[in-house]
Amino acid sequence: METSSPSLIGRWLDWLTTNLGRILISLIVPVVTFFVLWQGFIFLRESQAPKIVIVLVAIVWGVGGAALLYAVSNWLIEQLPQGVRPRLLPFVFVGPALAILAWYLAIPTFRTLIFSLQDANSMRFVGLENYIFAFTDRVMREAFRNNLLWMVFGTSFCVGLGLLIAVLADRSRFESAYKAIIFMPMAISFVGAGVIWKFVYTYKGEGAGISEIGLLNAIVLALGGQSQPWLQQPPWNNFFLIVIMIWLQTGFAMVVISSAIKGIPTDLLEAARVDGANEVQIFFRITIPYIQGTLLTVTTTIVIFSLKLFDIVRVMTGGNNGTNVIANEFYLQRFTYGHAGRASAIAVILLIAVIPIMIYNLRQFRERKAFR
Amino acid sequence: MKKNRILWIIASFMIVISFVLSACGGAATQAPPSETEPPPPVEQPTQAPVEQPTEPPAEEPSEPPAETEVPAAVPENLPPAGQELVDAYMGKFKGTVVTMAGPFTDADAVKFENSILAFEEATGIDIQYSGSKEFEASIRIQIEGGNAPDIVDFPQPGLLATFVSQGRAIDLSTVINPDWLKQNYIQSWLDMATMEGPNGPIMAGVWARANGKSSVWYPKKAFDEAGYQIPETWDELMALTQQIAEDGDTPWCIGIESGAATGWPMTDWIEDVMLRTTSLENYDRWVKGELKFDSPEVRRAVELVTAIWFNDSYVYGGRKAIPTTFFGDAPKPMFEDPPKCWLHRQGNFITTFFPEGLEPGVDYDFFYLPPIDEQYGRPVLGAGDIYAMFNDRPEVRAVIQYFSTGDSLKDWVKAGGAISPHNDSDLNWYQDPVTRKVAEMIKNATAFRFDGSDLMPGAVGAGSFWKSMTDFVSGSIDLDTALKQIDESWPR
Repeated sequence: METSSPSLIGRWLDWLTTNLGRILISLIVPVVTFFVLWQGFIFLRESQAPKIVIVLVAIVWGVGGAALLYAVSNWLIEQLPQGVRPRLLPFVFVGPALAILAWYLAIPTFRTLIFSLQDANSMRFVGLENYIFAFTDRVMREAFRNNLLWMVFGTSFCVGLGLLIAVLADRSRFESAYKAIIFMPMAISFVGAGVIWKFVYTYKGEGAGISEIGLLNAIVLALGGQSQPWLQQPPWNNFFLIVIMIWLQTGFAMVVISSAIKGIPTDLLEAARVDGANEVQIFFRITIPYIQGTLLTVTTTIVIFSLKLFDIVRVMTGGNNGTNVIANEFYLQRFTYGHAGRASAIAVILLIAVIPIMIYNLRQFRERKAFR
Repeated sequence: MKKNRILWIIASFMIVISFVLSACGGAATQAPPSETEPPPPVEQPTQAPVEQPTEPPAEEPSEPPAETEVPAAVPENLPPAGQELVDAYMGKFKGTVVTMAGPFTDADAVKFENSILAFEEATGIDIQYSGSKEFEASIRIQIEGGNAPDIVDFPQPGLLATFVSQGRAIDLSTVINPDWLKQNYIQSWLDMATMEGPNGPIMAGVWARANGKSSVWYPKKAFDEAGYQIPETWDELMALTQQIAEDGDTPWCIGIESGAATGWPMTDWIEDVMLRTTSLENYDRWVKGELKFDSPEVRRAVELVTAIWFNDSYVYGGRKAIPTTFFGDAPKPMFEDPPKCWLHRQGNFITTFFPEGLEPGVDYDFFYLPPIDEQYGRPVLGAGDIYAMFNDRPEVRAVIQYFSTGDSLKDWVKAGGAISPHNDSDLNWYQDPVTRKVAEMIKNATAFRFDGSDLMPGAVGAGSFWKSMTDFVSGSIDLDTALKQIDESWPR
């Protein structure tokens, strides 16, 4: 710089030369980071390497990549002037979550909404035709009815039994043993449970030289009854399927409720007993009101569960013989019949059906100040 | 500041690792294509098909089937299916992987794997086959998700047709020498493989396996000892049924449980009876959706079927057991001593599910499902597997070219359970007289029609037809509801 008078340009150049390094670094570092992550992605997508290598790379790439992204963006913000920093910093923390939410939840929901107004191949708009189908088709109406059965009976039995067992076990000497046994089926996947119960309900038919191998039919025969094709007689077969969910989910309800019961202060109970309340009164006047919030949470969780129920029906009956449910019909329409429009309409209906329960659930949370 | 330094260390570590990885990754993914750089145009008519006359397969003196034990040696009389197939035998694609998906599971999958073993050893191409009982649904997810296997085996041409109309399958007339195809398949197979794509008709696949379905299996030894006669007409069949029932046994073994595909054996029965009670034109119209399910023709066929199915003294286990019996287990009671049921109508692939150690022609045999109305002749219902190609790589071309040769099915034919649709296959491959009889039955048919449900659109052929018939058999819905439901589900 030959000029000695500090002109405007000169000062600007000065600033540039002293800060050039920083600016370059701020540009290069994100680019390099992005490049590194992209290379990792390409490797994972196209590699023919042994599985174990891919798994290791995926772990390092996933965890390390997230840390790296955070570190780089944090560092970038710190390069900025003091005034801007606090305003941008929150986005570093919230931004990725928001972006992922938008990408994986908001956009697909919106697209599903559009598909639901289009024809089988999502080529042209057909108005509300798919929704009309969803509410008038015989199979769909049957699916709605069955979901209602699942919701009412599945949920009430899960929560009711869970509550009963939790209260009774609370006074038992072998509490943990009981609870462990009831809780055990939770560890079994729905598909696995379906396979197990398929053997329970097996039916071989009647005639010369036929012996039943199903547990339930064996019991019925031992009691002198007639063997039955349990999964073929609507609407009763729905209840035989609901039993499976009760078997699986009661443990969940029981554990959550049980921990809530343990949270009731003993002095409260003792005070009630001193005042002369009997056990039934204590149960209805103290225990239930005290764990009301937990009960609601458990109930809504299981209701949502039964609304989106799919695995058991798919594995056990495939939706045949009047056991179809909404989620299975959705799957059939989309992947077996290839009708994207109807499938999307069913998905939207399912979503709308779940929303009120979700809102209620969230409001409960807010009242209990779970969120601030 | 200390924290920062740790972060920096992690970051630089990540960079180093990823550079190393990307170096490896790049090498691994780029190597195979460069090796096989020049994809020679297949159209070049390699040696014109002189050696083999285009006669039906039977009469041909079989070529000594290419022995492929010696690696990196092109078999002498390699069929002129395409250049890549030659390259493959020269070892150019050693170490490459071709993925395949299809519905073969259990015993079928083993036979398939065995039948391609020699090819894999000779060429070094690894054909990775994955079979699924949920094939109809899973393949759609894979293909529409842009993740199609290289080669897909469709037992339902109707399902393939939907992918072809979306422009997803590769036109095989650009992959396999068309002269060779004309030489190695009779025209009706080629016609059935030609499907309408977005830019006009394409050769959507090659037929790799066929089977005849109009066969009724019976335990021959016990059958003969009991003095039963093979029925030549439908009336005789019903009389035989009644006679067995009166002898205190159950005549028929029937089972339609098949996971997500439950119900398909019922549709086969109806199609077989349709062919015998109405004209071929009506059958074709029905398959196209022009003849409704709710029509006198279809009703008559269903009624004839249910006359057997819904008679509890005719069916092993009774009507209610039909939907809960796995189709592969259904024939097994035939081979107990004494047989618990005597007749089983099913395609020839069912022999795969028979208990081991049975001798074909001695322990079991089959007869042609007798005609009902003489004016419709002796039609045969059949089916097959069509292989379509979804990714265009040289090694995939080699494999699909290989599947267009009878050699690809030789071991399966020998093992039993498959009929070759290829002209260059040899009747001597059929090890047992029974399978040869099936091949002859197909040849002697007055008419051959493909399994209708496999030709119908997926929503019907792999959907409502199966489901409604299952519900009908189990008694959940009546026939009127079932037929209306199928008609309504037909995509318009």
